[in-house]
Amino acid sequence: MRRSDLGEFEEVVLLAVAVLVPKAYSVMIAEELERETGQTVSTGAVHAALQRLEQKGYVTSVLGEATAERGGRRKRLFTVSALGGRVLTEVRSVRNRLWDRIVPPTLLEWS
Amino acid sequence: MKTPKTPRPTAPSWPDRLLSWLVAPHLREEVLGDLHERFHRRAERLGEIRARRGYWREVLAYLRLSNLKRKPSAYSSPFFLSPVMLRNYFKIAQRNLLKHKGYSLINIGGLATGMAVAMLIGLWIYDEWSFDTYHQKYDRIAKVMQSAVVNGEFGAGEYMPIPLGNELRTAYADDFTSVVLSSWTREHILAYGDTKLTKTGNFMSPEAPDLLTLKMLKGTREGLKDPSAILLSQSVSEVLFGDDDPLGKIVKIDNKLNVKVTGIYEDLPHNTEFRDMTFMAPWDLYVSSESWVKQAQDNADWGNNSWQILAQLAPKADFESVSAKIKNLRLKHVPETAYMKPEVFLHPMSRWHLYTGWDKSGNVEGRIQYVWLFGIIGVFVLFLACINFMNLSTARSEKRAKEVGIRKAIGSLRSQLISQFFSESLLVVAIAFVISLLLVQLLLPFFNEVADKTIAILWANPIFWLSGIGFSFLTGILAGSYPAFYLSSFLPVKVLKGTGSSSRFRVSRFASIPRKVLVVVQFTVSVTLIIGTIIVFRQIQYAKNRPIGYDRSGLITITMNTPELYGRYNALRNELLQTGAVTEMSTSSTPVTNLNSRLIGFDWEGKDPNLKEQFGTVAVTHDFGKTVGWQFIEGRDFSRAFSTDSSGMVLNETAVRYMGLKDPVGKTVKWNGKPHQVIGIVKDLVMGSPFEPVYQTVFLLSYEWAGVINIRLNPNQSASESLAKIETVFRQFNPGSPFDYKFSDQQYALKFATEERIGRLASVFAVLAIFISCLGLFGLASFVAEQRTKEIGVRKVLGASVFNLWRLLSKDFVMLVVIAFGIATPIAYYFLHNWLQKYDYRTEISWWIFAVSGFGALAITLLTVSFQSIKAALMNPVKSLRSE
Repeated sequence: MRRSDLGEFEEVVLLAVAVLVPKAYSVMIAEELERETGQTVSTGAVHAALQRLEQKGYVTSVLGEATAERGGRRKRLFTVSALGGRVLTEVRSVRNRLWDRIVPPTLLEWS
Repeated sequence: MKTPKTPRPTAPSWPDRLLSWLVAPHLREEVLGDLHERFHRRAERLGEIRARRGYWREVLAYLRLSNLKRKPSAYSSPFFLSPVMLRNYFKIAQRNLLKHKGYSLINIGGLATGMAVAMLIGLWIYDEWSFDTYHQKYDRIAKVMQSAVVNGEFGAGEYMPIPLGNELRTAYADDFTSVVLSSWTREHILAYGDTKLTKTGNFMSPEAPDLLTLKMLKGTREGLKDPSAILLSQSVSEVLFGDDDPLGKIVKIDNKLNVKVTGIYEDLPHNTEFRDMTFMAPWDLYVSSESWVKQAQDNADWGNNSWQILAQLAPKADFESVSAKIKNLRLKHVPETAYMKPEVFLHPMSRWHLYTGWDKSGNVEGRIQYVWLFGIIGVFVLFLACINFMNLSTARSEKRAKEVGIRKAIGSLRSQLISQFFSESLLVVAIAFVISLLLVQLLLPFFNEVADKTIAILWANPIFWLSGIGFSFLTGILAGSYPAFYLSSFLPVKVLKGTGSSSRFRVSRFASIPRKVLVVVQFTVSVTLIIGTIIVFRQIQYAKNRPIGYDRSGLITITMNTPELYGRYNALRNELLQTGAVTEMSTSSTPVTNLNSRLIGFDWEGKDPNLKEQFGTVAVTHDFGKTVGWQFIEGRDFSRAFSTDSSGMVLNETAVRYMGLKDPVGKTVKWNGKPHQVIGIVKDLVMGSPFEPVYQTVFLLSYEWAGVINIRLNPNQSASESLAKIETVFRQFNPGSPFDYKFSDQQYALKFATEERIGRLASVFAVLAIFISCLGLFGLASFVAEQRTKEIGVRKVLGASVFNLWRLLSKDFVMLVVIAFGIATPIAYYFLHNWLQKYDYRTEISWWIFAVSGFGALAITLLTVSFQSIKAALMNPVKSLRSE
């Protein structure tokens, strides 16, 4: 699996989908990311990332129910697919392995 | 939005509109939903104002390519030009055409006629524009001309003095590559052995063949350098020599000049200025053979303006600057002409044909006006035909509303319907185009005769095909656009659910107003053309009926073009009278149908010293009066009984008025110092244009100054018999030349040629315009009758008479024609009034012409419409009501 297949923002969005399932749709994801990072995240950016993830097969989507505040429009709900889950795990283990190899004195220097 | 109950913040509406336009349909719901929800949540958290402020960033974040891209349809739509579909479109089109044969005939016929007319006019205009382009130095050649203002009236002429040519050659050598002096294209006798021909040709300077870039078939252009040479056109050479080699043969001109053939050139085409020049002889020969020309050349006579000067500009010179340089040449050499502001100028070859002719204030008034006139008429006729075409398409469109509905319901795409309608109109236009080509081919001989042209279809010219096909395509697209775009937009539910009447309402309310306007436009054009035609013919008839002061029937003239005919007046006369075929014979300086010499130098008692007088001057013999049959008002004719008559003078009525003489008979008039006594006054003789006032003319007695022989045929014998007898006399007196004569009545009729040409063309166009308009009307009437079939049925059942129904159906159309007549009357009056101003002797525009045209148009309308409306009114109501 090539690293370039999953951008940093995509990875975060994918993780957020995993966290928010079964109520993962762009508005919720954007707010979750704003909360976690402290920066403004537009739903448009999230929507685009979700479209790309869906194209790659990492998430699947269905249309959910409509609400009044959406002007009676339905929302698109996302869930992480098996492939998506595997990618996430893989990315995480790469990171973990690297983290584990950082020697304690270096860590001390940062803090 | 500040209702107290629910103070809900609302998202700005502009992004909704923007995004629902930009974002692909399948994404719109989620995108807009997300935006609204996001706005709400932010507004709850941060307040409405901050939510609004950040909103545009949210919106912009959606403008990505991935959102704009439309999702491909789940079903593959066939390529709209796929061969299968195309074949289907044309099959349907063909079926439609065959099913409605009447409509198709009217549609195609009308359009083809219009296209044929436009094509003919286009060819004519092309021919006019390409006039003289046969000469390769077309854009470097000029005629030297001079203009003058006499008594406040501008005039320009191409009659030039000989020394001007020499001056241009020597003093302006840098500006001209060559300067050519030329005699006028006149009739001369060419004889080789026993073959004697009267042919028209010029005497020209030796540079002429090169200047005109003659295509030499035999010999070279240098051939004219030999002063006793002649260049012949191919056709003349063929007649003279047959298959023999013409080079080196000796030909005799006018029975006195022996010349050697040194070259044969290709006949000049019909659309060139010099088309009648069938031979070209050297200028020097002309000078040496004609004493008056020799005199003018030897004495450098600037006062004798009798020749033509052509010039080729040097490569660097341009017409304007050279014209400016030579402007005052005549003034310089003939200072006494200063009062008429003479100016010499160059008239470029590209303007010879279309821009020659000036009105009294010096504005160009040439054939270019006819080019414009016919161009406009052509566009109009074509426009009428296109209107019809569209009109019938719109009328037909309602019939097809249901078809559109069904096609859409079973899955036709709009683009397919559009292609369907376009292919139908393009098919019709293509058929019309082919038919119009055939029509043009058929009509060209007739057209060429009327227009005096030798036009052929430009089969090999890409521009012709490009414009023809381009135009057809444009018409097809324009005419097809209404049904294509309007009909294809119908919602199938509405068309199919609605009863016939509701869908009719929908179509016809939209379409009937423009249709009525189109009918009015058509009839306005037609009625204008009818009025125009009547007035043009009235004007011709009016001028033809003008009393001309002499008797032109049975009068023939023979040009005296060989020395043998001079000095034998009495012998010839006696001989002719003895044959019994001739009742009288005389000679005169000009034929009675052509006053071609206007001279100055007259003086009389009581003459206004400021008057720059000019008189038509005709030399006649004692027998002239009896020959032409002029009528005396006062005094008497020349008589042999009075020897003093040799210095006598006869005036016409106009001359008496012009001179302001009271009691003119017996007065003395001096001409160049020599006194002449007025012995009689004749009724005005119309010798010039019958549309102009008669020119002041004097008649003098002279047996030497003679140009033509006038002969009055014996009315008791047949003309052919008389002519045979006369011919034998002439053979005897003038064996060297062919016996050529002209009937004066025919010569007189030629004066009407231009007007008759306009009249005939106008009538042809009027007939065509009416024909096209009637086709359109016929189609519309039948459409309306068909549409109202049920109504007519119900009316009949309830007791309406045939007459009632006829009136009902015809009323609308009659109204339209009446409106068109109202519009056409002032337009026609305005244009024809202006046209008539051109003529001094003109008919008036009387009211009955308008009345006749109006009633004519109305009658034609009623005839056309009645055919349909009576047919509809006679239909059995049972049939029309039963069918559903």
